[in-house]
Amino acid sequence: MLLRQGWHIFQKDLLLEWHSKQVISSMLTFSVLVVVVFAFAFPPSRGITEAVFPGMIWVAFTFAGVLGLNRAFVSEKHQDCLMGLLLAPCDPVSIYIGKTLGTFFLMVVMEIISLPLFLVFFDYRIVGSVGLLVLIIFLGTLGFATVGTLLGALAANTRSSEILLPLILFPIVVPILIASVKATGLILTGSGQVEQLVTWIRLLVVYDLIFLIAPLLLFEYVLEV
Amino acid sequence: MSTRNKTLHQAAGAITFLLMTISIYMIFIYAPMEKVMMEVQKIFYFHVGVAWNGALAFLVVFVVSIMYLMTKDGKWDRYGMASAEIGLLFATLVLLTGPIWGKSAWNTWWTWEPRLTSTLVIWFIYVAYFLVRGAVAEYHRKATLSAVFGIIGFLNVPIVYYSVHLWRVAHPMVFGSTGGGLHPKMLHALIVTVFAFTFLYIYYMLKSLAIETSRRELENIKSVLRERID
Repeated sequence: MLLRQGWHIFQKDLLLEWHSKQVISSMLTFSVLVVVVFAFAFPPSRGITEAVFPGMIWVAFTFAGVLGLNRAFVSEKHQDCLMGLLLAPCDPVSIYIGKTLGTFFLMVVMEIISLPLFLVFFDYRIVGSVGLLVLIIFLGTLGFATVGTLLGALAANTRSSEILLPLILFPIVVPILIASVKATGLILTGSGQVEQLVTWIRLLVVYDLIFLIAPLLLFEYVLEV
Repeated sequence: MSTRNKTLHQAAGAITFLLMTISIYMIFIYAPMEKVMMEVQKIFYFHVGVAWNGALAFLVVFVVSIMYLMTKDGKWDRYGMASAEIGLLFATLVLLTGPIWGKSAWNTWWTWEPRLTSTLVIWFIYVAYFLVRGAVAEYHRKATLSAVFGIIGFLNVPIVYYSVHLWRVAHPMVFGSTGGGLHPKMLHALIVTVFAFTFLYIYYMLKSLAIETSRRELENIKSVLRERID
């Protein structure tokens, strides 16, 4: 029930986004822009690229993700759409589920398009398993979207939401950043440290679970005010 | 302030003062000098004391945030804000005393060492807590949103700690599985210091809550006056 209602809200957002393509285009442009800035900040030579590439793609993904999160709820404030959603005969938690799905989906689309671009820009060859890389990106993005959507709703209820969101979000997603960057690094270099990789994946899974459950309990309070 | 409250404040103040005096005596005279770091090691006791207070304060924020969301009683919100304020103060002190220790122990002010790093991240989380409070004007909304953030922030603390620990390793283990490498007298001094700081926390809480109560009373008086004048 909850999932179905959430799915409908997700479809609504997707349809809106399909018509305007406003959020996804800005997310994409920004993620590529971040990588271009990196190319100027660090000389893109072979050794340096090897060292900073995992961190660089996650900085690009998360920064672009914040753009998407900002829009998720701020767009609903226009003409009191959020009130309309709350008045609809569905559980408020389904709004959270729909918005999380939406953010997650947009981020994944952005990542699917920009990651190959990054690889081309830096002439980077993936040595390790692509399947594992997809898994890490999936888990990292999911954790970022779950906690980000809750904090995005929280920030949207304040006076300075666009400024506030990155400030309150980044300290909270530090574990996601660390785990994703480390795991991505391990996979990209193809070093066979399976034990370490499993530890990072486990951390990501635990984080995802905690912040999948906690917002379900807290989301109602964020919207009721 | 009522007489009962006044006695409570004075008692808390007196106990804190007494315990602080004893702990300073124990740190500088009772506890033996550390062989390598000499006097600099003395900051360790304060460092642990303030770190303990920071952790205690944030735990209180977490508990009263849950209480607030369950009861919607403004009292819990005032507790949360007071405790977060004190917690942020002590977390800042941890970040100041840590590097002083680090400078003589590792010959550098800052290293991306697990506990320093996780303290820094936790410090940012509670700065964010105040940013949330500052960004909302309406009282009920401010209390609710900051309570939600207080819960999320605290849930994150162990994960931050664990992940940063995996990321880097190297901090003097005080309480290892074998009881740690502390001289018994140093341990006594440390325990007394931690108690003294706990009472300092209680004293600060009382004062902070009293200020908040006075502020609300003042607001009430102001609004009554405004009505009379209008």
